[in-house]
This record gives sequence, C-alpha cells and structure tokens, in this order.
Amino acid sequence: MDSPSVSTQKPSLLLRLWRNQEHRSIAIQIITMVILFSLLGMIGNNVATNLEKAGKEFSFGFLNYPAGYDITFQPFISYSPTDTHTRAAIVGILNTLLVAVSGVIIATILGFTMGILRLSSNWLVNRIVYVFLEFTRNVPVLLHILFVYGIFLYTLPVPKKAISISDTVFLTNRGFYTPAPVFEDGFNYVLTSILIAILIVFFFKRWAYKVQDTTGKIYPVFTISITILIGLPLLTFFFSGAPLSWEMPALKGFNFKGGTSIKPEYIALTFALAYYTACFIAEIVRGGILAISKGQSEAAHGLGLRPNRTLQLIVIPQALRVIIPPLCSQYLNLTKNSSLAIAIGYMDVVATIGGITLMQTGKEMETMIIVLLTYLFFSLVISAFMNWFNRKMALVER
Amino acid sequence: MYMRALIKAALTLIAVGALAFTATAGTLEDVKSRGELRCVVSTGIAGFAYPDEGGTWKGFDIDFCRATAAAVLGDASKIKAVTSTGKTRFTKLNSGEGDVLWRNTTITFSRDVGVKLTFVGVNYYDGQGFMVNKSLGVNSAKELDGASVCIQTGTTTELNLADFFRANNMSYEAVTIEKNSEARAAYLSGRCDIYTTDASGLAATRSTFPNPGNHKILPEIISKEPLGPATRQGDDQWADIIRWVYNATVTAEEKGVTSSNVDSMKNSNDPEILRLLGVEGSQGEELGLSKDWAYQIIKQLGNYGEIFERNIGPNTPIGLARGLNDLWTRGGLQYSPPFR
Amino acid sequence: MPGTHPDMPPPVKTTGPVAWVRQNLFSSPLNTVLTLLSIWFLWSIIPPFLDWAFVNSIWTAGNRQECWDQMASPALGACWAFIENRFSLFTYGFYPGHLHWRVNVSFILLVFALIPLLYEKLPYRKYGLIYSAVFPFITGWLLVGGYGLESVDTDKFGGIMLTLILGVTGISFSLPIGIMLALGRQSNMPVLRILCVLFIEFIRGVPLITLLFVASTMLNYFLPPGTVFDLLTRVLIIVTLFASAYMAEVIRGGLQAITKGQHEAGDSLGLTYWQANRLIILPQALKISIPGIVNTFIGLYKDTTLVLIIGMLDLLGLGDASLADAQWAGLANEIYIFVALFFFLTCFGMSRYSIYLEKKLHTGH
Repeated sequence: MDSPSVSTQKPSLLLRLWRNQEHRSIAIQIITMVILFSLLGMIGNNVATNLEKAGKEFSFGFLNYPAGYDITFQPFISYSPTDTHTRAAIVGILNTLLVAVSGVIIATILGFTMGILRLSSNWLVNRIVYVFLEFTRNVPVLLHILFVYGIFLYTLPVPKKAISISDTVFLTNRGFYTPAPVFEDGFNYVLTSILIAILIVFFFKRWAYKVQDTTGKIYPVFTISITILIGLPLLTFFFSGAPLSWEMPALKGFNFKGGTSIKPEYIALTFALAYYTACFIAEIVRGGILAISKGQSEAAHGLGLRPNRTLQLIVIPQALRVIIPPLCSQYLNLTKNSSLAIAIGYMDVVATIGGITLMQTGKEMETMIIVLLTYLFFSLVISAFMNWFNRKMALVER
Repeated sequence: MYMRALIKAALTLIAVGALAFTATAGTLEDVKSRGELRCVVSTGIAGFAYPDEGGTWKGFDIDFCRATAAAVLGDASKIKAVTSTGKTRFTKLNSGEGDVLWRNTTITFSRDVGVKLTFVGVNYYDGQGFMVNKSLGVNSAKELDGASVCIQTGTTTELNLADFFRANNMSYEAVTIEKNSEARAAYLSGRCDIYTTDASGLAATRSTFPNPGNHKILPEIISKEPLGPATRQGDDQWADIIRWVYNATVTAEEKGVTSSNVDSMKNSNDPEILRLLGVEGSQGEELGLSKDWAYQIIKQLGNYGEIFERNIGPNTPIGLARGLNDLWTRGGLQYSPPFR
Repeated sequence: MPGTHPDMPPPVKTTGPVAWVRQNLFSSPLNTVLTLLSIWFLWSIIPPFLDWAFVNSIWTAGNRQECWDQMASPALGACWAFIENRFSLFTYGFYPGHLHWRVNVSFILLVFALIPLLYEKLPYRKYGLIYSAVFPFITGWLLVGGYGLESVDTDKFGGIMLTLILGVTGISFSLPIGIMLALGRQSNMPVLRILCVLFIEFIRGVPLITLLFVASTMLNYFLPPGTVFDLLTRVLIIVTLFASAYMAEVIRGGLQAITKGQHEAGDSLGLTYWQANRLIILPQALKISIPGIVNTFIGLYKDTTLVLIIGMLDLLGLGDASLADAQWAGLANEIYIFVALFFFLTCFGMSRYSIYLEKKLHTGH
C-alpha cells in the first residue's frame, strides 16, 4: 500500500537526472549543441531566402572578372587594371602582410628602445619618453595614422625640389627613390655563397655550444657568425666580377622614373602603427625588466659573470618569459589595426577586395568572408609562432 | 519533447525579444503610417549633404529628400537622414533601413541590374574632371603622362580614371584615399599633381583652398556621372512618386512657378500649371498622394532652380554654374515629361 | 701642523639645481648627447606648434573665410572658431535642442555612477554600486525615452554623447559576458569550452571594422526576411561582444593565477560551482585583473571611433561630416586636434586610475 506514496515522493526521472552532476553536464552540452545548430540552420536558411529575395546568388565567380581599378603599391607581384579581382585581392593581402611584418619589426625595436629609455637615469629623456608614451597610448590610432601622413606630406619636398643624397637616393613627399639592383649572369654564385654561409654558421654555432658545454670555453659566436654571413658573399661577389649594376632613379616629367620607390602611404602607415604599438610594447618591456628582481643580477655577478653576459644569460631570458605573451597580443593588434590603411590610401586587403571590389560588385558576403579569413589566418600564424617561441624560451627556465 | 519545447522557447525568445518585425507592405503605406521619410544620405559631401551647426541636415540632396517628404507627408521637416558611407548605402536601402536613396549616386548598368536598384531620374548631371596647380603649366588632361593622381574612393572614379589613362596610352600613379578631407590635404601638399573626382566635387573642394586662384579645373570631362535617386526594385508606385517629385520641381521651374508666387499661380490660365498644383486633374490621387502634393513641394522647397541656387549655385561657396543642369529650354539637360 | 696645508678644493656640490642638472642630464657622454638631442627635438616641435595653435589662432569668426581674413595669410594659425561654432553639435549630436537637459542629466548620472566604482572608501558604497549597476538602464531610458518621456530615435545620437554611450555600454556589458566566457573557457564541459574558445579566438582574430561592417550590412542576411532592427543596437551588440572576448582573456589570466587550493577549499566547504566562484574564486581573480580590465576599457573606448566607417556619426564622424560644410571645409587639423585632445583627457584619466590601482595592489601583497 505504501508504494504509491513512495513513488509520489520520489522525484521524477528528469529531476533525478538533473541532480546528477555528470548527467546534468551532458544535458547542458546537448542542449547547447542543439540550440547552436538550430541557430546556424536558421541563419543558413535566412541567408538563402534573403539572397534569393534580393535576386543575388552566393558565388565567387566575380573573382575572375577584370578588376578595372589601379593599385599604387604592388611590390611583390605585378598588377594592372585589366587583371582579375583575384589578383587584386592577392596584392591587397600581400600589402597587408608587408605592413604587418615590417610594422612588427619596427615596433619591437622602437618598443624595446623606449622601454629601456623609460628606465634611463637621464631626467629629460625619461620625461620626454613618458609624455610621448602617454600621449600616444591615449589617442585613437586612426588619428595617429592621419597625423603621420600629414607630417610626411608637408615636411618633405615635392619631386622637383627633392632632397638628394649624392644623386642616388632621393627623398620626396611622393616616396623615397633608391637605385634598383639589376642582377647579371654571375649573381647565382653570390646567392649560392649566401646559402653556404648560413649552413656554416648553423653548424659552427652547434659546435661552439658543444665545446662550451664540455670544456667551458666560450667563442664569440655572434661576431664570428656575422663575419661569415657578410664576408663570404662579399668575397664571392668581387671574385665573380661584381655581377650587379644599379638602375638610377631620375626626374622625368612629373615624377622620378627608374629605381625602386617606397611610397609615403606605406611609410606613414607602417611608422604610425609601429610607434603606436611600440608605446604599448615599451610599457610591457619596462614591466618585464622591473619584474626581474635585483637579486638575480647580483647572484650572476657573484658567480663572476660579466655584465653583458648577465644581461644575456640571466636577465633577458627571464624578462622575456614575462614579456612574450602580452607582446603577442600587441603584434595581433598591429596586424588588425593595419585595416585602417584606406584612410590614407594604402591599398591593403580591406581597401582592395573589401573595398573597391565590394563596391563594384555588391558582393558583401563573399568579399567579407575573404577578408575575415585573411585576418584569421594571419592571427593564427602569429599566435602559433609566438607560442612556439614562448615554449622555446620556457625551456631556459629551471 | 522536453528539449524540443526548450529549444522552441529559446528560439521564440530570441526572435521576439531582439527583433521588431516590420511589414513588407508598400513603401508609401509604411512612410505614411510612420509619419516620417527615411532618406539614405551621405555622411558629408559639400553642397549636397552636411549637418549645419544646429545639427540640421542641409544640401542639394537633402532638399530633394525634403521635397519627397513634403509631397508624401505634407511637411518638409519630417525626414530622417540615414547616414551611409559609399560601401553601406545600397545595403541600407535594400534592407529597408531607408525608403529612398538621395545620395550622389551615379547611375550605372551594374548598379541598376546587378545591385538590383531602380533609378528613377537624374537630378544632377555630373562628370569626372581634373584639377591641377596652375604652376605646372598643364592645359589639357592629355599632357598628364606619368603624373600622380589623388582619387577619392567610393565611387566609379577609380574605374573611369584607369580607363581614361589606358585609352590615351599614358601611365599614372593612383593614390586612392577614402575621404575628401584627406585627399584634399594630399593634393595640397603636392603628393599628387592632379586631384580627380566629380566636377561638382572639384569646384567645392577648390573653394576651400587657402588660394583657390592657384588651381584650375581642366576642360576635359572624362566620364558621364548622372547622379540620381534610387528605390528598391519591385515597388513601382513608390518609384513613380520619387520620379514625379523630381519632375514636379523641373516643371515648376520651366513654368516659372516659384515658392514665392506659387499661391498666385493657382489662378493661372496655363492648364499644366493647374494640373501641377492640383487645382485640376487627379494626378495626386493617382500617385496615392494628396491633391496638393506638388504645391507643397514648391511652397516649402521651391522649384529645381531655387534648390540649385540655394545649395550649390554661383552665389554659394560651392559656386557651380547651371551648365548641363540648366533647363532644356536654355540648352541644358533638365527636362520633365509633361503633367498630363 | 694645522694651517700649513693648502686648502682642498670644495667637494662637488651634491644639492641644488646645478648639481641636479649635472646628475640627471649630463652624467655621462651618452647622457649629454641624449639631453642635447632632446632639447633640439623639443625646440623644433614646440614653438611652431604654439605659434599655430595660440599666437596666430582665431577664436571667433562666422566662417572659414572670415577666420582666414583675420590672419596675416590664410591658414597661418588655427581657426578654433570652427570648434566653438560646432561645440553643441559635437556634444549632443542631433539630439533635439529642447531635450538637451536629458543628455546633461545623463552626464551627471554617469559621474555619480563612476564615484562608487572608483572610490573604495565611500560610505554606503554597496548601495552606490547597485546604482552603478542599474545606471546604464536608467540612462538608456532617459536618452531613448518612452514610458512617460518623449521618445527620441537613436539615430539622433551623435558626437561625444554617442562616443560615451558606445564606451559605457561596451564596458558595462562586456564585463559580465567576459566573465562567463572566461569561466566557459575553463569549464570541464568540452562542448562549452570549445564554443568559448572558438568565439574568443574568432573575435580576437579579426579587426573591429570588419565586424562592424558585418553588423551594418551582412546581419540583414542572417535575420528572417523583412526584419529591421536598430543600427545602434546592432553596433552596441558587436562592440560589447568584441570587448567581451578581450575581457575574457584578461580574466582568464586572473583565474589561472588562483591556486588549486582555493578551488579545493570551496569544494570542501560544500559550495556549489557558482557559490564557489562567486564567493571565493572571482573576487580574487577580478582583483588581480583590474589593471588589465581598465586597459581593455581604454582600448575599446578608443576603438569606438571606428563606427564612422559604417556611417555612424560619433565625435570623429561628426567632425568629418562638418568638414563637408562649405562654410568651414578645409579645417581638418583643428577637428583632429580637438578629437585627439578629448580622447587624451578621458583615456589619460582612466590610465592614471589603472596605475594607481596597480600600485595599491602591489603594496597589498
């Protein structure tokens, strides 16, 4: 007779399942998945209906049509308005990549310099760097880009009044013109010698570290490596009869012709992004160096290490461990901020495929997918590289 | 069952909570029931659309938007400016955020057919031109081989430029900048030899230079830029309204009806004026508007000539001559079909 | 034999201005070079700027031409009259003139909402914090209207007001979402964890302008046909999600710094997951991450300028739009300096506060 009342007191099956942590966790996950997939399904369905309603179709066919517009700066592959949208997109992607890579390099150098200057005992330098850092960090990056571009255009002269450095390099507000190398037949030898030099350095380094580990004898690895890297190709170059000539830039008509030129849009964008990011890097570097307690350097001195070896072997490896993770996100920020390039006319991926192509073809969905994937790919590569570097650095620890 | 109910509930919540559904009835009914006309306009083009210091939108395109509001709602002030950049303008129209596009938009084949818009007229005939510094001594665009050209992007400008230089077998360096203020600065600094955009834009930009006299606009006009309003495809009644709003302003100028004499013109002997002003005929009802729709336009905004003079005419800082935009009776292209 | 020795030269002064200069500016050849370079740098930058910004500048004029007519040559100095002329537009955007008081009240409410957040020793701080939490909703009602107030469309928002709305909304809503994402990323449920990781990495991997562009154009394709919803709401959602992803990473750093013992202590007290997090883990984790959180806020706040790319008129956007007024066009430098100054003042305040907190946290340990 008791059983009915027991069964009423007993919680329902669902409630019992819910109270079990494991079951609950599975239930939550299943519900999440179902909601997610139905949302995705709904979105997919909506996209299909909306595109059909608007009379558009989802296709990347437009990529094969001629783009029709010009791109000023195409240092890697040639491009003309008759080329396809695909080629325009590749030029844009390469331009983004160029700004990102050069920006990251300059930002790192500037950032480390400013971070160290911030610790300088020179009051004036210290203060100037501080004011500069604070001002830069607290103003939107778009304004910095416009500012640098403006300064560049208004301080440098027009081509007719170009600043000439011994008639080979010309500085104008339309860019820096330098002689372009023209490679002749024997230049292959020089290229081969560079490869050989790299191999030699690689094996020399391994050998030197082995010697240091077993005998304690230290070779000046850095100096010797540099000497080999520069010296061997240079020797080959002269022995093979200097197979290289230069094409000089010269003023013809409106502009300089010949030689290679670096455009002000590229310089301004790279420099603005670099110093903006460098200001954040400087703070990271300062924090990283300050985080290494003084005892570490004192201990190293006590062991008889010379000051530069202390810096090289004790302080920097430890500081880097603190510095690298935030440094990585600054590199990512720089890459992403380069998407503001169109403000000053640098044709990056957002300006080409995500800009003019989009406006011409009306393919928002397709062009935006390309742009988003490009940035995601760059971000993943940077993250992966920095993670690898971080792991490599972490090995130094204990 | 339980789970499905949960998902259903969640989806309904998402749908109801976050979204406000609007009926996709005719645009005219939407505008009338809302009591406000939403025009997709530019975020700022000198003379055509800009906010004044009180935050009121002004300009040639804005006045046409106001004319539409006067015709449909009887009140030129009942407009909302949906600001858009070159990239977002068509989406704003197609998604229903705006009712009509009055935004310096060149009518082209691909926009009409590919982007699925309906263009209903040309309220400004423009063409792409070149501006150079007088000190260069250039008198024709054919002498520009090897020059650097500043372009303001977002329009058909880059394509015309590429075509022009290719057709004349000349080389050039393009500096494609997003906004007029930066492109202007780049040109003034000597970064470019030439500034190119629509001729109206060139005149407007030149008027803002410290020394406008040092720059000249070359005689060549390298493209046709018919700028006109656009509506979504598939709403013919609404497209008709926009078309005849524009036509009414042109007809009024042709017939000498202005904002100051429009009341006395109601007693005119000209039957076309009487039909225009709604004294005779049933044009208003046929469009789905009130009888005095065109009267309201002219009373509140004036005719085409008045709108032109007020915003971009010779007495404004922009200082454009009527040129192609004069009435057909005076050798221009502005021509309205008859009100009959 | 006292008195027979010649007097020793006095020791080098170690106090006073001369000594200070010697110690701090010219202590070594490198330092001397750096000092001289710095002085040259300052000398070549500051006087010309002061000339332009103050000596030759004009503060009252009706339009650009009037302004330039007052100078020795056009564009010799700054024409601040432009900013003065547009100041109300830049502050209130297109908000109806007779309702400006509502914006003013919101500004004041904002200040009161900040006090309990920033000042820890405030009496009755708990109630203050409750007010800070409901503040965004009060202000939202005040600005948008409805329920007794005249309603104002969100496209009338602009200028400084819009910048602050974007910043404050992004900041106040991204913190809770960021915490949830950070917890989700640490969760032991694989589906949740993977979702959170995917979301965070996607948002962090793409530039804000592309996301804003997606919000302004592509979102229409994702929603049921015929759906229209407010652009400002869409942008606020995107800005909030964007900030949440960054916030989640900052908070994750804080969570990782909490030792396992703390979790175990919570478990042994019989606390549930949420109780343990609310009472033990999060208070500690958040405290550690405060400087990072403030820095993320500053970054988000500066990034709000990017909404001009999709046609919204924040302070920078309105400045640009004003440059299209033929009466004033051509005065871009004045606008940009004004905008830079506005952002500098607000962000500098935030970063000072973050440094102050950082110092306080350091002494606490």
